[in-house]
Amino acid sequence: MIITKSISTFGKYLMLMHRVFARPESIKMFFRQFMRELYKLGVDSIPIVLLISFFIGAVICIQMKLNIESAWMPKFVVGYATREILILEFSSSMMCLILSGKVGSNITSEIGTMRVTQQIDALEIMGVNSANFLIFPKVTALIFMIPILVIFSIAAGIAGSYAIGMFTGIMTPEDLTTGLQYEFSQWYIWCSIIKSLFFAFIISSVASFYGYNVEGGSIEVGKASTNSVVSCSALILFADIVLTQLLMQ
Amino acid sequence: MIEIKDISKNFGEQHVLKKVSSTFENGKTNLIIGQSGAGKTVLLKCIVGLLQPDKGKVLYDGRNILKFSKKENLMIRREMGMLFQNAALFDSMSVLENVMFPLEMFSDKSYEEKLKRAQFCLERVNLAEAQHKSPEELSGGMQKRAAIARAIALEPKYLFCDEPNSGLDPKTSLIIDELIHDITTEYNITTIVNTHDMNSVVGIGDHIIFLADGNIEWEGNKDDVLYSHNKQLNDFLFSSDLLRKVKEMA
Repeated sequence: MIITKSISTFGKYLMLMHRVFARPESIKMFFRQFMRELYKLGVDSIPIVLLISFFIGAVICIQMKLNIESAWMPKFVVGYATREILILEFSSSMMCLILSGKVGSNITSEIGTMRVTQQIDALEIMGVNSANFLIFPKVTALIFMIPILVIFSIAAGIAGSYAIGMFTGIMTPEDLTTGLQYEFSQWYIWCSIIKSLFFAFIISSVASFYGYNVEGGSIEVGKASTNSVVSCSALILFADIVLTQLLMQ
Repeated sequence: MIEIKDISKNFGEQHVLKKVSSTFENGKTNLIIGQSGAGKTVLLKCIVGLLQPDKGKVLYDGRNILKFSKKENLMIRREMGMLFQNAALFDSMSVLENVMFPLEMFSDKSYEEKLKRAQFCLERVNLAEAQHKSPEELSGGMQKRAAIARAIALEPKYLFCDEPNSGLDPKTSLIIDELIHDITTEYNITTIVNTHDMNSVVGIGDHIIFLADGNIEWEGNKDDVLYSHNKQLNDFLFSSDLLRKVKEMA
């Protein structure tokens, strides 16, 4: 029963995506929607990304100092470990998990409300491909913005680790700089960005799918938002394993 | 003109529409009336193509939309305007942007011409002063008028209204009814209105079909409706004491 339902849901998702990835009826309207989504999904997320990344960067630095420090370890290892954690996992995977809560629930509730207030029916009656008009700009805008958010997150995390080092004196900026630069591989940044592109697609498309298929009223919109965040999180974690294995081998 | 021939629609074991046939002419306000659950909304959805009937034909000026290709289906939808029960204005856009929307999507005219057309439509529904407001700033009646302006922006040949008076006071309902009726005659379009409103029935019902249990129980116009001897129709229309007295006086 669960398997049948899952296959059926996946089939519906693929059918929706088939409608989403069509040529927009009006390029001008698509561009207008794209710019709106760019601002709403991307620019509006910058403050939360900076805030969380700054504090997590600081906390990672403290934890590394407390747990790794020993007479056998060079001092710069703290900076090295902080950098690796931020670039390889936190700024891509964990940040996208957080964004699935903020952006995903926003997308689901917006499209779900449009469904229950018949705004999607109004689009269909006009002969507009509602899936393409509503979802395509969200998917493209988030995919466009996510690398920028990842880079902002890495930068804010590193700034957080420097700040904690300077204000508490647990380590010198020189040691931290040495650690951050030690055996730096540019590929890791690319890995982080590549992973985030997949996660952006998961967040925008899955959240849109849940919103687009809402039936009923406001309670169902709330339930759909919750289900969307749960599904996005699970899929991001699963995709993270697969992508890490593929990219880091 | 829209003709429906032997439309049947089932949901599982439930037979919602049973071989419903009728003709909706141009320039007339056609009403579909009936109790809740009689199949009015299902019939309207079958007519506009939001639902696929199990059997029957829906002919738009002789063209069966059920046999249309995807492209033809999109094209016919551009000839339709629809007023939804709760107006269904896009809340991320201003009133003017809502009316401009179908023009922006499908019209090849210049921006100035589109703007002029949108403003003309808003003036037609007496809403020119509210063009820069957002939908939530409008009253229920104003939202319905804005939705009518959006529905007529592309000069449709067919106008559909799903319970246009729901949630409105009697005076505002009359304004909306008159607007729908005037637009229908002025532009000679085929209008189908789904309603339970007694004022609409006696005010603008050029052609009325009464649905009961998925069948057309009675068909006529606003002049016949008060004198009908159909028990089910009378039970439905004259359910209140006031209306029963009106019927007796008539």
